[in-house]
Amino acid sequence: MNRVLKSREVWLGLAILAVLVLVTLRFPRFSQPSNLLTIFNDTSILMMLALGQMAVILTRSIDLSMASNLALTGMVVAMTNAAFPFIPIPLLIAGCIVVGAGLGAFNGILVWKLDIPPIVVTLGTLTIFRGLVFVISGGAWVNAAQMSTDFIQLQRGSFLGLPILSWFAIVVAALVYVLMTRTAWGRAFYAIGVNPTASVYTGIDVGRTKFLAFVLSGAISGLCGYLWISRYVIASVEVASGYELTIVAACVIGGVSIAGGIGTVGGALLGALFLGVVNNALPVIGVSPFWQMAISGAAILLAVVLNASSERTKGRIILKKAEVAA
Amino acid sequence: MTDATATGRHLPDRLDNPLKSAVVSWESLLVLVALGIFIGNSFASPYFLNAWSLSDLTFNFTEKGLIALAMALVIITGEIDLSVASIIALASTLMGLALQFGADTPTLVAVGVGVGILCGAFNGFLVTGLKLPSIVVTIGTMSLFRGIAFIILGDQSYKGYPKDFSWFGQGYVWWVVSFELVLFLVAAAIFYVLLHRTNFGRRVFAIGNNATAARFSGVRVDRIKFVLFCLTGLMSGIAAVLLTARLGSTRPSIAQGFELDVVTMVVLGGVSIMGGAGSILGVVLAALIIGLVTFGLGLLNVPGIVMTIFTGALLIVVIALPILFRMFRERRG
Repeated sequence: MNRVLKSREVWLGLAILAVLVLVTLRFPRFSQPSNLLTIFNDTSILMMLALGQMAVILTRSIDLSMASNLALTGMVVAMTNAAFPFIPIPLLIAGCIVVGAGLGAFNGILVWKLDIPPIVVTLGTLTIFRGLVFVISGGAWVNAAQMSTDFIQLQRGSFLGLPILSWFAIVVAALVYVLMTRTAWGRAFYAIGVNPTASVYTGIDVGRTKFLAFVLSGAISGLCGYLWISRYVIASVEVASGYELTIVAACVIGGVSIAGGIGTVGGALLGALFLGVVNNALPVIGVSPFWQMAISGAAILLAVVLNASSERTKGRIILKKAEVAA
Repeated sequence: MTDATATGRHLPDRLDNPLKSAVVSWESLLVLVALGIFIGNSFASPYFLNAWSLSDLTFNFTEKGLIALAMALVIITGEIDLSVASIIALASTLMGLALQFGADTPTLVAVGVGVGILCGAFNGFLVTGLKLPSIVVTIGTMSLFRGIAFIILGDQSYKGYPKDFSWFGQGYVWWVVSFELVLFLVAAAIFYVLLHRTNFGRRVFAIGNNATAARFSGVRVDRIKFVLFCLTGLMSGIAAVLLTARLGSTRPSIAQGFELDVVTMVVLGGVSIMGGAGSILGVVLAALIIGLVTFGLGLLNVPGIVMTIFTGALLIVVIALPILFRMFRERRG
């Protein structure tokens, strides 16, 4: 029971519930299952991206290029679809994942082989990838008329009452969960985040593990590239501009420690959901959408204050236990 | 020299010849890059070598450069401030708001600079008072500050700044020498003295190299970091005054993306993102290089978004080259 109360996922879940209850008190329709499913669906892309970012942050790195990767892969797939509408969509999605993973691997190689700090690398590729969107598209848009019907409709179909887009999020979350908790790979992410030096002595290749984290975040960005473009039915240079920080925000709110080694799949998902619920609630309660940015900023600051205090007590408890044992 | 095992126990009798170390320094590499781009530009466009063109060029980097000077110190201590562009947005918005209440030029400047310092102090308090990681804090305040600007302004804009106010962004001190350029050079000189010639600067380096050791040797680490965040806020406030005066209007989206350009300048200038090393001269040269690149490409009608590819690539290549060079040398030796 004590452990449940201390878990940050529980508190975050309660915070989300509190927002839901507060809004529902005034607008009962807000918490209707159909609207909740809509919120989940609206947040699906952010949830997937947050999971990719979490893998990177766990290894004491950061990937600021995710939104640009998404925009570039999205433009590639949209132009491919416009030019060759006969290519089946599953093949396009696979292509997206490969392109995204390739862009992520470029980040990863620079971090692994040249040992350049991740923030510098991804700051550079953030601008490079987005610039490349302009170069390949010539600044033109790809709009709904140029995309094939399948391309637009696939994620809008439903399976067992849930939109396909939501299923994408569920499957990605399940895969990342298994990866993080059941594989040596996932262990390694946490290990090098907690103590890189000790990890080296246990035989973990720190550089290679970081590389893999970047490939993972790139692959997820690529997948989301297709999903974003087909959801908003427009591919342009401006797609997801500035979104990289929203992704980091979701992670931070979800309790992923920027210092590495701390974070859970559930936390990252709830962090993203929190932002999704707040953004959905604002127009309902009649607050101008212009408040969104300030509120998410305040949420980040609040979350990081709470994170810091919970991480600190954790350290003390370990010390106390050691004292008792001694 | 780079690896303790490679040099063994051999200790050189004296340091490298100062002339030699000046020649092979990061700054001289930057000078070469700048010269290369300058010469390239003059061949690429007939309009480049012209006093007024060169004067216009400086507007490409003065505002960002002013912030980069303070950011360099923050990064040398191992922290970062990603909220600088949002400080500009908030300061500019509040200046616009003050204008609606009939503020005169000195009041406007005071509002801009004051808001900047307050925002910086807020960052500094969160980082040093509450011991939070600066990268997360400033990602948060980045949304918060610009978010407040959006709450105040929405999709509106403020216009109608007084004529004598626009002088800060559009005025010339002498012939083609703009007020912005003079201010940047004066600030660069002040920051040079501050970082390289005072105890304060020594302490900044000490914190970046080993904050714990610095604390034990009596350096007030938290106080210095707090001051540096205020200083960055101050420079962002000044940049807000200049930018608002130059554009003559305020929108909440003003200076969007500046933070990344500023960090690029600082890192390109040879400041280690891990802290502990860097020089003001390098930052000034990096600011000049970025100004040269973007202006030169502009003369060639290259769209702004494509220019960002060049600045991004420049950042990675300039950082990667010395590392590649060192790896190559170690493999041979």
